[in-house]
Amino acid sequence: MAEARRAPLSDTLWRRPRLLLALLITPPLLWLGIVYLGALFALLAQSFFSIDEFSGLISYELTLKTYAELLRASNLDILLRTIAMASAVTVSAAVVAFPIAYYAARYARGRWKAVFYLGAMLPLWSSYLVKVYSWKLILAKEGVLNWLFETLHLAWVLEAYLAIPVIGGNSLSVSWTGTFLVFLYVWLPFMILPIQASLERVPPSMLEASGDLGARPGQTLRYVILPLALPGIIAGSIFTFSLTMGDYIVPQIVGTSARMIGQAVYQFQGTAGNIPLAAAFAVVPIVVMGVYLTLAKSAGAFDEL
Amino acid sequence: MNSKASLGLKIAAIGGLLFLHLPILLIFVYAFTTEDKSYQWPPPGLTFQWFEVTWNRPDVWQALGLSLRVACVSTLIALVLGTLCAAAVARSRFFGREAISLLVILPIALPGIITGISLRSAFNIADIPFSTWTIILGHATFCIVVVYNNAAARFRRTSASLIEASMDLGATYWQTLRFVIMPNIATALLAGGMLAFALSFDEVIVTTFTAGQQQTLPIWMLEELVRPRQRPVTNVVAMVVVLVTFLPILAAYYLTRGTDTVAGQGK
Repeated sequence: MAEARRAPLSDTLWRRPRLLLALLITPPLLWLGIVYLGALFALLAQSFFSIDEFSGLISYELTLKTYAELLRASNLDILLRTIAMASAVTVSAAVVAFPIAYYAARYARGRWKAVFYLGAMLPLWSSYLVKVYSWKLILAKEGVLNWLFETLHLAWVLEAYLAIPVIGGNSLSVSWTGTFLVFLYVWLPFMILPIQASLERVPPSMLEASGDLGARPGQTLRYVILPLALPGIIAGSIFTFSLTMGDYIVPQIVGTSARMIGQAVYQFQGTAGNIPLAAAFAVVPIVVMGVYLTLAKSAGAFDEL
Repeated sequence: MNSKASLGLKIAAIGGLLFLHLPILLIFVYAFTTEDKSYQWPPPGLTFQWFEVTWNRPDVWQALGLSLRVACVSTLIALVLGTLCAAAVARSRFFGREAISLLVILPIALPGIITGISLRSAFNIADIPFSTWTIILGHATFCIVVVYNNAAARFRRTSASLIEASMDLGATYWQTLRFVIMPNIATALLAGGMLAFALSFDEVIVTTFTAGQQQTLPIWMLEELVRPRQRPVTNVVAMVVVLVTFLPILAAYYLTRGTDTVAGQGK
C-alpha cells in the first residue's frame, strides 16, 4: 500500500496473528501460572518433606514418610469417611436433581421456565455460609424440624431414627445425617443446571420415536433419556464430589466430632503446625479429582460445564 | 408420549424447588424474631429492633467494607484476564489450547481448600505478609473462570467475519475493538463481572487462608456460626447478604436472557 497508514501497530498485528495471540494470552497465563500453579507446586513440594518428631520442626529432606503416615488407621479413616460422604452426597444429589431438571427442561414453558431456571440459579449463587446457617437454625433442638415432628406427634419416629448407629446420634445437628443433609442442600443446585442443560438438547421426537416403537415410559427413561443425560450428571457430579471432599466448614458446624479431609488439612496446617502432613492430605483430593476429571473428559462431560 | 407431566414428577420437581428455597426464607423470619438467646421456632414475637442494632455495629460495617473492596478489585482483575484468555482461546487453534482451558477451570474444579492452603504456603515461602492484596490474589484467581466462561460463549457466537470486515474497511485494531467487538461482548462481560462479584463477595474457604487477621463479611459470619454470640445481628446480616447477592445474579440473568448461553449456569 502506497499511502502512509496511521496505524502501524494494527498492520503488524494483522499480518502476524500469532503475535496478537501471544499478547492476548500472556497476562492470564502469567497470572494463573505464577499465582495458581506456583502455589500448587509449593504445596506439592511440602508434602515430600516431613516433620521431625522430636523438635516439631520441618526437615527439608525429600521423603515419602509423610505419605506413609496417611495410611495410619486414624488418617485412613478420615480419607475413607470423606470419600464415602462425597459419594453419598453425589448420588443423592443426582436423584433429587433429576426430576427438577427433567420437569424444567421438558414441561416448563414461558413463565414457569423462568421460575425453574431462577429457582435453581439463585440458590446456586446465594451465600454458602447463609445456607449453612439456615440449616443450623432448622436442625437446632428448639428449631423448625423438631417443632414440626412434635406438632405432628411424630417425635417418636425421629427418636427411633436417631437411635440407629452411625447415621444417628444425640440430635440431628450432631449426626452424620445432619452433615449429609446440609451437604446435599448446599451442592444440589450444582447438579440441577448441568442435567437440565443436557436434557434440553434431547429432541422430543426421539422420545416419541421410543414410545412409538413400543417402549414403556420406564424403558424410555432407562434406555433413551438417562444415557443422554449422563454427561450432564457427570458434569454435576464433578462439582458435588469435589466440593464435598474439600469442605471443612459444614462438618465443623453440623456433624459429629469425627473429621473429614478438609478439617484435617485445616487443623494440621493451623494449630498442629504440621504442614507436610496437611499438604499430603490435600494431595488426595487432587489425585481423586484428577482421575475423576480424566474419566469425565472421556465421557464428554466437559461440554456441559 | 405424554405432553403432560405425571403427578409424581410434578411433586418431585416442586418438592425439590421448595427444599431449595424454604431454608433461605426461614432466615428472613428469624431476622425479625424477638428471641435473642436461642433459635426458638416459632418465634415468640416479631420486632424491627435488630436492624437498628446491626446498623450501629462498627465491626459489621468494617467487614462489609473490606468485602466490597476485595470484590470490586478482584472483579476488575478477573474481567481483564478472563476476557483476554477467552479472546485468545476463542479466535484461534494453537498448541496447548486445551491445557489452557483446563488451567482456567482448575481453581474451581479443585476443592477451595487446596487453592487456599497452596496460596498460604506460597505466601509463607515468599515471606509475603497478609494484606488486602493477598485476599484479592486468591479471589481474582477463581473469578477468572466465571468471566472466561461468559466471554468465551459470546466470542463463539460473534462471527469472525465481522472483525475482518471492520479491518478491511480500514479500521485500526483499537477502532475495531471499540466499535465492533466491545458492543458485541459488552453484556456478556457485564454479566460475567456481576457473577464474579457475587462469587468473591461470598467466598470464605480460600479467604480463611489468605486473610490473616482481617475480617471479610463471610469470615465475620463464620465466627458467629462456630461460636454464636450475637444471634440477632447474625440473622440480620444473613438476610442482607442474601439480598445483596440476589441483585447481581438477577441482573446477570436479565442481561443474557434470550441468548443461547445464559449467564450463571455454572459457578
